[in-house]
Amino acid sequence: MNVYLAILMTGILTENFVLAKFLGICPFLGVSKKLNTAAGMSAAVIFVMVLSTAVTYPLNVLLMKYDLEYLQTIVFILVIAALVQLVEIVLKRFMKPLYNALGIYLPLITTNCAVLGVVLLSVQNEYNFGQSIVNALGAGLGFMLAMVLFAGVRERLESCDIPKFLRGLPITLVSASLVSLSFLGFAGVVDGIFA
Amino acid sequence: MNEKKKQRIGREFTKGLLRENPVFRLVLGTCPTLAVTTSVESALGMGLSAMLVLVCSNVAISALRKVIPNKIRIPAYITVIAAFVTIVQMLVKAFLPQIDEQLGIYLPLIVVNCIILGRAEAFAGKNPVLASAADGLGMGVGFTAALLCMGIIRELLGSGTLLGYPVLPGSMEPMIIFILPPGGFFVFGMLIAVTNRLVERRGGQPAEHTGCAGCPMASQCRLQEQRALEAEKEKTVSKIKPPAGAVEEPTAENMEGGDHV
Repeated sequence: MNVYLAILMTGILTENFVLAKFLGICPFLGVSKKLNTAAGMSAAVIFVMVLSTAVTYPLNVLLMKYDLEYLQTIVFILVIAALVQLVEIVLKRFMKPLYNALGIYLPLITTNCAVLGVVLLSVQNEYNFGQSIVNALGAGLGFMLAMVLFAGVRERLESCDIPKFLRGLPITLVSASLVSLSFLGFAGVVDGIFA
Repeated sequence: MNEKKKQRIGREFTKGLLRENPVFRLVLGTCPTLAVTTSVESALGMGLSAMLVLVCSNVAISALRKVIPNKIRIPAYITVIAAFVTIVQMLVKAFLPQIDEQLGIYLPLIVVNCIILGRAEAFAGKNPVLASAADGLGMGVGFTAALLCMGIIRELLGSGTLLGYPVLPGSMEPMIIFILPPGGFFVFGMLIAVTNRLVERRGGQPAEHTGCAGCPMASQCRLQEQRALEAEKEKTVSKIKPPAGAVEEPTAENMEGGDHV
């Protein structure tokens, strides 16, 4: 149990996917202007992350069995791309409310490096099925935390008087740097609690 | 005619260096730019690997552009790119194991680097082989140069070395923050501010992330965001009075409509 909690908290706090591992920076900078869209996007990311981890885990076992590890990258990205499309179709047909909430973000996630990243990371760390799922959940929740926090920061930035040369993207990145700095404060916390 | 062709290919090459620099101008491939630039060595490794994939995939996609059906072009591009990434991954693992260790999962993640898919979609899918190769090479050199810029600044300030050799005098304590994640965001922001200034002097526009010019998902991205905002407005309106008609749903057709970059 402790192992799972440690993986979960590591994904959310110490090894935050966006702020420490730099995965999923595109949506982090692009879709974080409004709190609602940031929350919707991250919910969709959590959903796809957990689902693609669940699907790629057995596939990876199969690849390992036949010594085809070198095909991992190509298999994973194609499976994720197909899966996202499939999920979109299924949700649209059978689960209208969920589709209305998440559906519009799904096509954007196909080429999101965070999703492929979490799958590759679970493989690299040789997690078992349960650990992989928890890892995906933690990564997704960490993504959501970063997105929501940053959306709040950006909404405040709009009313600030910013020096001319920093306006636009540079100030966004500098504030991301400060948010990331605050997450450094969690370093060692998870090891301290669960180890 | 031949002279003109040469000029054109030259232009495709040079545009990636500053005018359309993928990192500082188009703001693409931000993930590797921030993640692997803690040292010059890994920045160089990432830049060159991505450049190799970019040139190869641009050439292959350009050669196949008349064979690939339009509807499934994105999955086809992803497959081609993933194949080349796998080749590069094996090469790096075999001959540069140290670099492979430093890059870790960011090496296979070249697959989802939007610069590569973006160039395939915006250029290689529509242009002849030689021009696509020049475009890929130019963008690759621009990407590598940008990573090197970041890498040099971060390694110099963060660990006081360059390519592993100590450069700063021993009395100067290196600022570790620069090789930690916040330093990455900060240096990137500052470099974008500088390039903005350089380009503005020549009458250009500052870099905008919302412009994601080369990203194949960019137009959808904006379309979706707009739609979400509209839906939100619709909701607030319907709270006041019941909706007159059903909200138009995002169907496969009108999503396709926004697919042009």
